[in-house]
Amino acid sequence: MTEARLLEVEDLRVTFRTPHGPVEAVRGVSFSLGRERLGIVGESGSGKSQTGRALLRLSARNGRVSAKKMVFDGIDLTNASERTMRRIRGARISMIMQDPRYSLNPVVKVGDQIAEAYRIHTGASARKARDRAMEMLETVRIREAGKVYDLYPHQVSGGMGQRVMIAMMLIPEPDVLIADEPTSALDVTVQMQVLALLDDMVRERGMGLVLISHDLNLVASFCDRVMVMYGGRVMEVLEAGRLHEAQHPYTRGLLNCLPSLEHPQHMLPVLTRDAGWLEEAR
Amino acid sequence: MTDTNSAAATGKLPAAPRALRATASALVSLALTFIGLTAITFVIGRVMPADPVLAVVGDRASEEAYQRVFLEMGLDRPIWEQYLTYLGQILTGDFGTSIMTTRPVTEDILRFFPATLELATLATLIGCVIGIPLGVWAAVNQGRWIDHCARVLGLAGYSAPVFWLGMLGLLIFYGNLGWVAGPGRIDIYYDGLVEDPTGVILFDAAWHGEWEIFWNAFSHLILPAGVLGLYALAYIARMTRSFMLDQLGQEYVLAARIKGASEFSVIWRHAFRNVLVQLITIIGLTYASLLEGSVLTETVFAWPGIGQYITTSLFNADMNAVLGGTVVVGICFVGINMLSDLLYRFADPRART
Amino acid sequence: MSAAADPQGAGLRAWLRSPSPASTWQARAQRAYLGWVAFRANPIAMAGLLIVVALVLAAIFAPLLTGSRGLDPDLPNRLLPPSAEHWLGTDQLGRDIYDRLIWGSRVTLYIVGLVSIIVAPIGLAVGTLAGYAGGWVDTVLMRIVDIFLAFPRLILALAFVAALGPGLENAVLAIALTTWSPYARIARAEVLTIRKADYIVAAEAQGASTWRILRKHVVPLCLASVIVRLTLDMAGIILTAAGLGFLGLGAQPPLPEWGAMISTGRDFLYDQWWVPTAPGAAIFLVSLGFCLLGDGLRDVLDPRSGEA
Repeated sequence: MTEARLLEVEDLRVTFRTPHGPVEAVRGVSFSLGRERLGIVGESGSGKSQTGRALLRLSARNGRVSAKKMVFDGIDLTNASERTMRRIRGARISMIMQDPRYSLNPVVKVGDQIAEAYRIHTGASARKARDRAMEMLETVRIREAGKVYDLYPHQVSGGMGQRVMIAMMLIPEPDVLIADEPTSALDVTVQMQVLALLDDMVRERGMGLVLISHDLNLVASFCDRVMVMYGGRVMEVLEAGRLHEAQHPYTRGLLNCLPSLEHPQHMLPVLTRDAGWLEEAR
Repeated sequence: MTDTNSAAATGKLPAAPRALRATASALVSLALTFIGLTAITFVIGRVMPADPVLAVVGDRASEEAYQRVFLEMGLDRPIWEQYLTYLGQILTGDFGTSIMTTRPVTEDILRFFPATLELATLATLIGCVIGIPLGVWAAVNQGRWIDHCARVLGLAGYSAPVFWLGMLGLLIFYGNLGWVAGPGRIDIYYDGLVEDPTGVILFDAAWHGEWEIFWNAFSHLILPAGVLGLYALAYIARMTRSFMLDQLGQEYVLAARIKGASEFSVIWRHAFRNVLVQLITIIGLTYASLLEGSVLTETVFAWPGIGQYITTSLFNADMNAVLGGTVVVGICFVGINMLSDLLYRFADPRART
Repeated sequence: MSAAADPQGAGLRAWLRSPSPASTWQARAQRAYLGWVAFRANPIAMAGLLIVVALVLAAIFAPLLTGSRGLDPDLPNRLLPPSAEHWLGTDQLGRDIYDRLIWGSRVTLYIVGLVSIIVAPIGLAVGTLAGYAGGWVDTVLMRIVDIFLAFPRLILALAFVAALGPGLENAVLAIALTTWSPYARIARAEVLTIRKADYIVAAEAQGASTWRILRKHVVPLCLASVIVRLTLDMAGIILTAAGLGFLGLGAQPPLPEWGAMISTGRDFLYDQWWVPTAPGAAIFLVSLGFCLLGDGLRDVLDPRSGEA
């Protein structure tokens, strides 16, 4: 399979205006994505979520996004009109958010929320959309889809909510899916099920996946490549299989923080950070 | 996969008993509030005045009349017994006789109430129709000049004394421009021509097809309703703005945008649906407070409603009428708030189950 | 240059902005400073503060600002239009309306102040007690609060005044009786949210007495929301008092209460419009000032609650 570049990003910056002056959340991130699975790892505040949102041009009101280059499938995302962006959002690039308790509209039936995502981009009739949403619920392995369709978000469990979210974001069949900590709000027992589901869907449809997480192991086992971020900057990009060959001290630090049965350690080392990593590396 | 079934099950089953329990508890608190309300008016009417009999008969009454009323009011009996009698009278709709009109207070209230209802209803409508879109608009443009304008207008509408606004309105639109009719509910010429079936002139006139009367009544109504409506508008716009801002910051709004929903759909289909649920209570509160807030407006516009009835009775020391009016307005106030609360429970899926 | 010219100011600012405060006192000062910075940046709130300060100054310096106390009739000069001598004209008894307005600010402040010092402590006490005691105490107290909350305030105040007789003090009492209940609600809600908080449990575990916890932890936390609510309610209090005055049930003549001034000026609305309009504008301005101030204070002191 030839590596078609779906997404190319160069020198992406996201700056927020705050009462205490501008804060740069993302400082010059560059990467590219084909029909593959890219993991972005970093601790909270490392700018990984803001990178995801910037791709959809959905940064918060006080945020400003700039990039030398941000191209998706030949479309320049930095200059695209809001109209073009709306056609891209959902239909071509979609995003799964962290916690279904907040990311589903509490007063709309979950089924209708899925059907809406379908109707926005296809203009299908209400009946057709309902049928598709029902199928989609079955695809994300929800039994009794007919019953679940009519439930409200507060009536479904976290695991099921996240399945609904996946169904909603995948129903227009996007090319790229950004999953922002898709399992960290879920019970440990459900996490693996949801991840397995996500993995299957992405494989079957041949989508590009950006999996954003703080969990290095999880990312390494699910993705082809891993991008490590710290302080709004990319520290290192690695093949997932070669994680142990990581060069950068920060990645090494992250790896050493994890307990391992093969190399038991009496005390886990504390992550050391170096302000020098934040310098412009040109 | 076990979570699928259990969640579906817990979602459906206990809905009916819970709704029942909610209604029951609403009724209990209605009853308690009613008892509290009557207890306070009882204290005001029978305990606080130095001589409650004088408050009823007036100070020019003969010794004989005084004695008769003294016994009628049961002032020789213990206080709790007096209260129970009072409660019993109210429950049967008996508020005594008004010394001003010499008719039963209940009858008076029924005559005056439709005017107030008409005024408060139109004012609430004005408040909703203008206030809600204004609030949404301000929230969507948060921080821009339109938002500041809406905020200041909202606060101004809330801060201006209604009786003063009413007078300014009369001065400008009636006195100077002559656009609307003056004080009163209708020109004397038309007075009493349509009174059934409801006593709400606009409705009755339309019912009988008397459009001339309808427009005359409307030109009397629009100014007081506009003044009260400005107050309602201010409050509703303010609350809508703040609810809307809250909702626009929620994650599901971001999710809707990710889906590619248009700005219109994000605002009205997603965020506003959540705001509307919260607004039910606010609109109920506004309507109820307009029913009572019309006291001052009615005085300015010589509007023959319940507020004016209470104030004129007050100056004639007609205690039965004052207390009767207070209790009725209080019951409406409580009832409307209770109703909007129930409606809210019905409208919000989270409160429903 | 500026830093050299004003080293002390710069030092103070640095102290106030230092990211790691050295003492609780410094931390508190920093919070107050940041609040003030946020408040100052809000033009609407500053306008409110300005109006309220102007009201207070007018009340304090009334004798210096006016030529008369506005009480003595001067019948030859009745109902004069605004002029250089009588800035806002004269009323039906020939009294200068401007003078009466300035002196009336004392009446307004008197009402507002009196209602506040009656209402806030009662509300705080009832609310904290209910929230902290829980159980049946809570149920009973909150029922009473609910009953008062469910009442039409103006009508109830009317009925109270009707029974007590008209007058300024009775109006204040009636307003206070109908205003205290929301404060109990607020205080109780605050208590409930923090009662289970870890630091309260920790204080309890250290053996702090209930009284100490209430005084040191609970009341200070409620205070911010109570102050905000009180400022926002000021407008309502002023309007109710003016309404009672307008109906002739509040302050009695010749006291220059603004509502009563509108009431007596009503008869001259179409011909001498300035007589009833000027006091109305004063009421409007002052209650607007409190509203704006309260709004700004809420943004600074109580960022959690969007709207009361």
